Amino acid sequence: MNTAIENEVDPGLPNENQLRSQGIREQRMLLSLATPAFLMIVAIILIPVGWLFYLSFIGGDGQFSLEHYRKMIEYKSYARVFVTTFQVSILTTLLCILIGYPLAYFLAMLPQRLAGFFMLAVLLPFWTSLLVRTYAWLVLLQKNGILNDFAISAGLWETPIKLVHNMTGTLIGMAHIMLPFLVLPLYGSMRKIERDMMHAAANLGASPIQSFWKIYFPLSLSGMVAGSLIVFVLCLGFYVTPAVLGGGRVVMVATQITAILENQFNWGAASALGVVLLVATIVILYLAGRFLKLDAALFGKH
Amino acid sequence: MASHPDDQSSTKASALPIHIQGLTKKYGRMYALNNVDLEVRSGEFLTLLGPSGSGKTTLLMAIAGFNRPDAGSIRFADTEMILTPPHRRNVGMVFQSYALFPHMTVAENIAFPLKLRGTGAEETAQRVADALATVQLSDLGERGIDQLSGGQRQRVALARAFVFRPRILLMDEPLSALDKKLREQMQIELKHLHEQLGVTTVYVTHDQREALTMSDRIAVINDGKLAQVDTPHAIYNRPVNRFVADFIGESSMLPLTRDDTGKLYFEDHLIATDYQTETGKDYALLVRPERLFMIGDETVDADKTITFSGKVREFVFQGETAFALTSISDTHDLSFRFGTDSSSSQDSMRPGDPVSLGLNRQDVIVIPQTSDQ
Repeated sequence: MNTAIENEVDPGLPNENQLRSQGIREQRMLLSLATPAFLMIVAIILIPVGWLFYLSFIGGDGQFSLEHYRKMIEYKSYARVFVTTFQVSILTTLLCILIGYPLAYFLAMLPQRLAGFFMLAVLLPFWTSLLVRTYAWLVLLQKNGILNDFAISAGLWETPIKLVHNMTGTLIGMAHIMLPFLVLPLYGSMRKIERDMMHAAANLGASPIQSFWKIYFPLSLSGMVAGSLIVFVLCLGFYVTPAVLGGGRVVMVATQITAILENQFNWGAASALGVVLLVATIVILYLAGRFLKLDAALFGKH
Repeated sequence: MASHPDDQSSTKASALPIHIQGLTKKYGRMYALNNVDLEVRSGEFLTLLGPSGSGKTTLLMAIAGFNRPDAGSIRFADTEMILTPPHRRNVGMVFQSYALFPHMTVAENIAFPLKLRGTGAEETAQRVADALATVQLSDLGERGIDQLSGGQRQRVALARAFVFRPRILLMDEPLSALDKKLREQMQIELKHLHEQLGVTTVYVTHDQREALTMSDRIAVINDGKLAQVDTPHAIYNRPVNRFVADFIGESSMLPLTRDDTGKLYFEDHLIATDYQTETGKDYALLVRPERLFMIGDETVDADKTITFSGKVREFVFQGETAFALTSISDTHDLSFRFGTDSSSSQDSMRPGDPVSLGLNRQDVIVIPQTSDQ
């Protein structure tokens, strides 16, 4: 008994083993907090995606086949769907930047408390249902909708303009829904720019416009890149808004997948589309990461 | 002839005086600056010293043009600057946070003001190299800002502030983020740099020791008003009111009474005979702790020395000096500070020990008791 204790504990360094095991125990407890999330990811992402990935390589006869991918290359309609998807995503992102940058700048210039209030205005739509907001746009934009009625009675144009069931309507709706995803990270990075920084620029001789382009804009870029990427990636897989406001004329990948499942009940073809979109998204994120120091943008490092 | 501050024709930096008159800035109903008049002489190192919230930074920001005062005049030499936007004032400034641009290298940061002024590439490179050499960072031009230590950032901020040869240099607590040793070293370096550049410098600090170390003159500011503007020596030895006396250096205050002939007494000690007093005002004796000395068995000349007898209440050994709080009456204490040596019996003073403290009459400082701030 006595010798065993002497072997474990060096008499010169008291409690060494106990302290070490206490440290390990703490680390394990910390790790266990992540377990539910980890299991969830396995159950609802890794397994289904893996299954769809597998399905995409199974032909109509139940054998391994590349026919779904071959079709995607052979039929022009598929290429058009991808072009539309990227077109809508890029244009929506640009629209969000155009609207969101000045908005975020305005918020960042306000005193903190006032900014919090205005931020509510940005977030409030965020808390209402996506579907409700999309149909609200339909009400506003349709042929006999509020916007057309108002413009005609005000004499802005004569006959109703087609604002919905086309690209215009889709972009308006998408930009509105995506805006907070751009404004939030952008606002965050703008808040981090110290007022002293702008004072220093002015003090060194930069006019307000020079200060903005040489100091403020580069320093806000990380937030803008992060926000733009979030918006862009979300747009790529977006379904509800293009389906409702596009009226069947703006066919994006997600819409096409639904169509294939509803019309042909072809899981393989639908999966193949999903796989291609996933791979394309990963490639884009990888390239963006290479060129734009994505980790810094997404994790808020300077 | 009015010399315009934007004038860059002279290659050597020459200093400009700053004339401030009636400068007033209110935040709500509180005066950050209350009718401030201040003359900063050409080429001098003037420190704005005051507690936080005293208005010292507001005053500096007004000179730089970062805030809009409610009224007043700020002239650089003969040119009124109060309406001039900050980017046309041509003053250098070192910020408390340094405000270095993180997306630029050290050299790009320093070249920034030169590029804005359309300086040629060759001259820019030369002047950046010179500025880096002046702050002893010649090898670090290509470094990123995040690769620098606090002291190095401080030097880069300094180089960026003087590289375009401004004739006025402003510094807002530039050393407050550094540790004590480095801070003391930088104080000396800044002083040398000021001598080298000869530029009018306005320096803001709340650290009275820093102000005493570096300044040609100190402007003590409190509640948006200047309390006293004078040399460090005069500020320390002849404070005009209780606030200045309290804020700079250590001190003990003893209330004085006046007899019919105008002589001032503390209890039964005659303090001053010829001090110009006004009726209706109370006065106090200001005692600097290090001006006191211990009196042993020797007899002292009462014409030259005032003697206070009392008991040690607290004793603290602090290395190069020791500090004893001594009660000289039921209600009054004197702080006593003295140099230590290894053999001295003084550093074994104990609470309760009786002690006699002497003060030379030439070290007597009388100030108005009610500070008119």
